[in-house]
Amino acid sequence: MITWIKGGDIIDPRLGTQKKLDILISKGRIEKLLTPGSFQPPGGGEVKTVDASGMFVTPGLIDMHVHFREPGEEYKETIASGSTAAAAGGFTAVACMPNTNPVNDSRSVTEFVLERARKANVVRLYPVAAISKGQKGESLTEFGDLKRAGAVAVSDDGRPVTSSELMRRAIEYARFFQLPVISHCQDLSLSSEGVMHEGSISTRLGLSGIPAATEEIMVVRDILLAKLTGYPVHIAHVSTEGSVAFIRRAKGEGIPVTAETAPHYFSLDHTAVIGYDTNAKMYPPLRESKDVDAIKRGLSEGVIDVIATDHAPHSPLEKDVEFDKASFGIIGLQTALPLTLDLVREGVMDLPGAIAKLSCNPAAILNTKGGVIEEGKEADLTIIDLNKEYVFTEERIKSKSHNSPFIGVKMKGIAVLTMVKGRIVWESNELNPGS
Amino acid sequence: MYTFNHKNLLGIDQLSVGDINMILDTADAFLEISSRDIKKAPTLRGKSIVNFFYEPSARTKASFEMAAKRLSADTLSLSANESSMVKGETLIDTAQNLQAMNPDIIVLRHPSSGAPHFLAKHLEAGVINAGDGMHEHPSQALLDLFTIRKKKGRIKGLRVVIIGDIAHSRVAGSDIRALKKMGAEVTVSGPPTMIPTDVESLGTQVVSDPTRALKGKDVIMMLRIQLERQSGILFPSLREYSNFFGLNKELLKGAKKDVIIMHPGPINRGVEITWDVADGPFSVILDQVSNGVAIRMALLYLLIGGE
Repeated sequence: MITWIKGGDIIDPRLGTQKKLDILISKGRIEKLLTPGSFQPPGGGEVKTVDASGMFVTPGLIDMHVHFREPGEEYKETIASGSTAAAAGGFTAVACMPNTNPVNDSRSVTEFVLERARKANVVRLYPVAAISKGQKGESLTEFGDLKRAGAVAVSDDGRPVTSSELMRRAIEYARFFQLPVISHCQDLSLSSEGVMHEGSISTRLGLSGIPAATEEIMVVRDILLAKLTGYPVHIAHVSTEGSVAFIRRAKGEGIPVTAETAPHYFSLDHTAVIGYDTNAKMYPPLRESKDVDAIKRGLSEGVIDVIATDHAPHSPLEKDVEFDKASFGIIGLQTALPLTLDLVREGVMDLPGAIAKLSCNPAAILNTKGGVIEEGKEADLTIIDLNKEYVFTEERIKSKSHNSPFIGVKMKGIAVLTMVKGRIVWESNELNPGS
Repeated sequence: MYTFNHKNLLGIDQLSVGDINMILDTADAFLEISSRDIKKAPTLRGKSIVNFFYEPSARTKASFEMAAKRLSADTLSLSANESSMVKGETLIDTAQNLQAMNPDIIVLRHPSSGAPHFLAKHLEAGVINAGDGMHEHPSQALLDLFTIRKKKGRIKGLRVVIIGDIAHSRVAGSDIRALKKMGAEVTVSGPPTMIPTDVESLGTQVVSDPTRALKGKDVIMMLRIQLERQSGILFPSLREYSNFFGLNKELLKGAKKDVIIMHPGPINRGVEITWDVADGPFSVILDQVSNGVAIRMALLYLLIGGE
């Protein structure tokens, strides 16, 4: 059986190009890239045709930062439900953070997570193992054994590694196994009671603040540790103008550091909290408009390498409560693409540049496959309708949880088809009819 | 005829100048009831009011209860240790259970900022914010305006200084908004550790040193230092606080001769205010308490929809 994707504009994010090519897929791999019109399907129904005319075909999107809550909090999300949401958002691979219950700090949890992903059989799942046992920040996990079990990186995401000594040793030790280190930057002692960005809105609402320095102190620390150890550190969910400036300077000095941001940090600011909307509560918190501008500049200039969702499902038990008691985090898998495309329309990035931050860049940081459309490579592809306009409604949400500040918001652009290893894992009824 | 169109009182921001004047005028009319021999009017007969206090409170709770009773409403008071909160019930469940009993007004005191807003979203009954976290305490600000208007004859153009822990004070949160709305000039003063970030965005100026801050002011409002904040991080000791930020006779020498001194209570005598100043000729602290009952009568009456 051959799949023929015809008429689409193919984006190559590594070369920054787009051109019209047909794609022939067989046995899960990209067999041929052809000039349009050069392929004549043989009779006999051996070819499945996907009409991508008017659409863009990109390497399968990769989200290097999600929380799928399994094991432990399956009422919020399971690996199966999260994977379905990922596919519907155009993602063919996700990296799952270790703050489950139990924490992914051992081979058995890593293997369990991978087994669940195999059973779900939707998208690729890359486990991120904890840096410290139980994410307690006290002693290192068995990086070697975890890597053998299938972990692609280490991180204590959700909790910072408070001890600089432990973080230093983690980075040094990770080097031996060539495991990427992802840092959640938060000085807990500076924001112990904080529930939103500290500024004029926290003062108006009477909510405890999380100053920008809470993040920046740790960004600077981890930059200095990357310099000390000579091994890369990846900064998760950058949200402040200051962090962007420090990372820009570090990159300028040749310090091995990479960074990601999440779509809400370039789409919303702290005014979204007005009315005590717990779906505007996340860590790091939504910042000020100057920070939003700085994040966009950081994306545009390549200071920020990756857009990742920090998809964090929570149920009404955690969200339909008083603001200060609510859990941090929002879902993001199905809104990341249209929100990123908004930046393309705004001129912050061109389309291949934006896709790079959602595909080849995270693949490079995590040392995983994907991020390319090349003959012979596995066929992980996303077909995008750039112009589809719709309201993001609760009915569209595939995740088990509905904690999104974007419900009811008009979106433009959507993944109409997601393919993993040549197999269609998501197909929207919004794809060209009759195909 | 001006109409008052609110079901809830969640904060000062929702009120117009006209609304506030109407509340103060209505309170004026109700003040008389409290001085009668038989202190009761039948106005809210058959209405039920729930005082729901998740935090300890003596005077606000008593004031609302007194106000409701003087208007002949039925009242029920619940506090945190009696409520099912201690049994692990969530606020939304508590709200739904209360709603099932069909009260007209719920007066809520809660340690979480925004809790009354949350409750109002889920309830048919009207909600009065009787203090939420570090956010607002609107009935306190209204009784403060009422007291100032009675003593000074006006609010517009007056110069007011609020001294103390501005950052953690819901009283300051409401007073700043209410005074600004009514045309007063507001200065806040206190140790920089207790001045909230970007407080200027509320329209105030900051003068940390009380000696300078109270010069030329018509009204001095002192805030209570919450003794539970004595962790040594915001200020080193009560002794030092009282030496540099407490109001005493010496400091008062720099104030206007017709200044009035206010305090939302309860007072920590000897900490933010000395005995002699609290009981002295400039103090209107007990007037605030009497006026509080009248203001809360006015609020209950207007919110329930009296004509």
